[in-house]
Amino acid sequence: MLRYSLKRALSLLISLAVASLVIFAVIEIAPGDPASFMLGVNAQPDTLAALRTELGLDQSKAERYVSWITGMLRGDFGTSYTYRTPVSQMIADRMWVSLPLALYALALSTAIAFPAGIYAASRRGKVGDLTVMSATQLGVAIPNFWFAMMLVLVFAINLRWFNAGGFSGWDKGLVAGLHSLTLPAIALALPQAAILARVMRSALLDILGEDFMRTARAKGLSRRQALWRHGLRNALIPVLTIIGLQFSFLLAGSIIIEQVFYLPGLGRLVFQSISSRDLIVVESVVMLLVFAVITVNFLVDLAYAAVDPRLRSRT
Amino acid sequence: MSLLQIRDLSLSIHGIEILRRVNLTIAPGEIVAVTGESGSGKSMTALAVMQLMPAGSTATGSILLDGEEVLDLPEDRMCQLRGASVGMVFQEPMTALNPVKTIGDQVMETILIHRAMPRDKAEERAREVLARVGLPPERYPLGRYPHELSGGQRQRVVIAMAIALRPKLLIADEPTTALDVTTQAQILDLIKGLVREYGMGMLMITHDLAVVADMADHIAVMRHGEVVEAAPTRQLLTGMTHPYTKMLFAASEHQVTLPEPGGQVPLLAVANVVRDYPLPRTSLFARPGQHRAVDHVSFTLHQGERLGLVGESGCGKSTLTRAILGLEPVQAGHILLDGQPVYTGNKANLAVRRKMQVVFQDPYGSFNPRHRVDRLVTEPFHLLEHPPVGSERRDRIAEMLTAVGLSPDDSGKYIHEFSGGQRQRIAIARALIIRPQLILFDEAVSALDVSVRAQILDLLADLCTTYDLTYLFISHDLSVVRTITDRVMVMQAGRIVEQGDTDQVFSDPQHPYTEALIAAAPRLPRRHPLISQ
Repeated sequence: MLRYSLKRALSLLISLAVASLVIFAVIEIAPGDPASFMLGVNAQPDTLAALRTELGLDQSKAERYVSWITGMLRGDFGTSYTYRTPVSQMIADRMWVSLPLALYALALSTAIAFPAGIYAASRRGKVGDLTVMSATQLGVAIPNFWFAMMLVLVFAINLRWFNAGGFSGWDKGLVAGLHSLTLPAIALALPQAAILARVMRSALLDILGEDFMRTARAKGLSRRQALWRHGLRNALIPVLTIIGLQFSFLLAGSIIIEQVFYLPGLGRLVFQSISSRDLIVVESVVMLLVFAVITVNFLVDLAYAAVDPRLRSRT
Repeated sequence: MSLLQIRDLSLSIHGIEILRRVNLTIAPGEIVAVTGESGSGKSMTALAVMQLMPAGSTATGSILLDGEEVLDLPEDRMCQLRGASVGMVFQEPMTALNPVKTIGDQVMETILIHRAMPRDKAEERAREVLARVGLPPERYPLGRYPHELSGGQRQRVVIAMAIALRPKLLIADEPTTALDVTTQAQILDLIKGLVREYGMGMLMITHDLAVVADMADHIAVMRHGEVVEAAPTRQLLTGMTHPYTKMLFAASEHQVTLPEPGGQVPLLAVANVVRDYPLPRTSLFARPGQHRAVDHVSFTLHQGERLGLVGESGCGKSTLTRAILGLEPVQAGHILLDGQPVYTGNKANLAVRRKMQVVFQDPYGSFNPRHRVDRLVTEPFHLLEHPPVGSERRDRIAEMLTAVGLSPDDSGKYIHEFSGGQRQRIAIARALIIRPQLILFDEAVSALDVSVRAQILDLLADLCTTYDLTYLFISHDLSVVRTITDRVMVMQAGRIVEQGDTDQVFSDPQHPYTEALIAAAPRLPRRHPLISQ
């Protein structure tokens, strides 16, 4: 297990190094001058020169890469060109919205999908299965922004249980913070839960056809006992893969939901900085998201090994 | 009183009749074997006793297990019986165990699920049973996972699970079919010993008549869901009455007469061939180790000769086959077909490749289901520089299909319209169509029922006469190799330990391994009336 973890960790570091090079290459070395791109076509030459110095564009490419990386390692992501504030501070602020939102949505989606998938699999072909499957079909089909607006209509405007948008901040307490994230989390979670439930169901159904499930039944386990004791853990591998993918998506891909609920999250930050051509922010946020995705994959790899002993012994 | 009494059991799945008025009785301590070809309903009979039939099954009649009517029992009572009163062993040891649980947990589960004893006692019992089935806890701790064990060892674990609570009835469904002969002999011995020791009744399902004759006190022969003949073993072997039983026994000992082998012109020359596979690195900077799958193998196959290659799984016969087909490079030595290397540069030598063809084991997996038969049998044409077209192509297809006992009209059909035996005929037609100088049969009859196998062997013998075939016949089944080859090689751990005239090797084996293989292979008793006739 230790050897496996070390190998995965090593591959994590290599992936990060490669990803940082690619991001740097795409944004800084690609044709075109970042400074003139940021300022637009009508920029004054002296403003351009000032920005080039500020961005460090007068240094060599290798120097720029090294100072970018070492800066990030120290927590210095540079200064936003548009807002004139440290990028690290901007990201940290947004992170406090996006990360809890992603975790909240993931928890909801898992909490819905596991029981739904298990229930559907155990009642294959019966009314319960068909009901769950139709519901997930709907969940996959409905666009989440539309669903989000429906939630706002019902729960914020009619019932007034929640605010229609905005984020209260964490300084008013955990409950208040979670309360203002609840509607967006539901809007994000339901389509994900629908997908996850379908994956859970089909993974379980595959496992139910395995020989060892019949062995378990021949030992005297009831259908339900066999499902819980022997089926679930074996079905987790594909489910974990999907959970990993979903988390990465939830972290970065919630731009639309953040817009609908007017949440100051990472997605909006990326959107705004792309619109205002704030390359420093874009570069840093993209690197951060890549870091998050690779780390999540690393954690999923570790979870695989925890679930399946065959992976542990494979060197 | 009998332990298990099945009376007039009929079973249908979604309205399709699977079993028809099956009658069967097992007394305590008695081994009853149910035999028959695939689709005869023998496995379904076993599953009916366990009440583990597929969804949509309806059963009528009576299954009395130790005085209880199984067909009337509620599911929770059945759960109490399964594992405690009836244990079951399955065919595929590789998949019958849960890969993510330790063997100790899985054996203990049988005990704990029936609340037979507290956890510490159960653990002790698990150790005992595992030791009894030949896996002493000193060498095979309870914390082992299934993937750390071989097929034979896994089957021992499955048996341990089945007997942990000393059931009155043990059901074994083809318990040794997936195992090598030497392992099979050990497992059969183990099962027999356990049955005698615990006084269990046993229902054994197997297609292998030699195993049946050796193990069972009583035999029931099934066909199309019916028991066609049932009698005590000795009585059945000497006085079988039903034509199907006679056919079955005759087919499983089927002998063919091959034409005289050809001259002494070498066709395939294999010299000092070594095939290594890299093992995973043990650490990042260490050189990866090597597994030597084929170890300095040399032999010559002459034109018109039929050569056999036997050995147990993992001995390197498949690797050697792939190397001969030019599918993989070899690390040392050379393989020449008709004087030309089979592998040149980084790929198979096409000029040589068109001189040989192969027939694989699985008649279901070796055809593209979306192609018609004419396209399937003409697949090797891509090896030719000027493949026949038009009427010449049609004639070739018709000739081949006729040669293998099918009709030219079959060329427009899809593969799912054919039975396993017919598919294997199509595979042979596909191999023959470019008239290769050499054919490799890789376990080509192993997946077939005995009656179909006999027909395919006859077909091969006929084709030997008509087309003057030269082939290498790779098989784990000694009885088949014995009749279908002129010369045989025995392979063990990557080496050829013995080779020679087939009759001579079988009647007077020189190498201890060959001796062990032949001794381990179950055999039908020679006093059989069909033999003496």
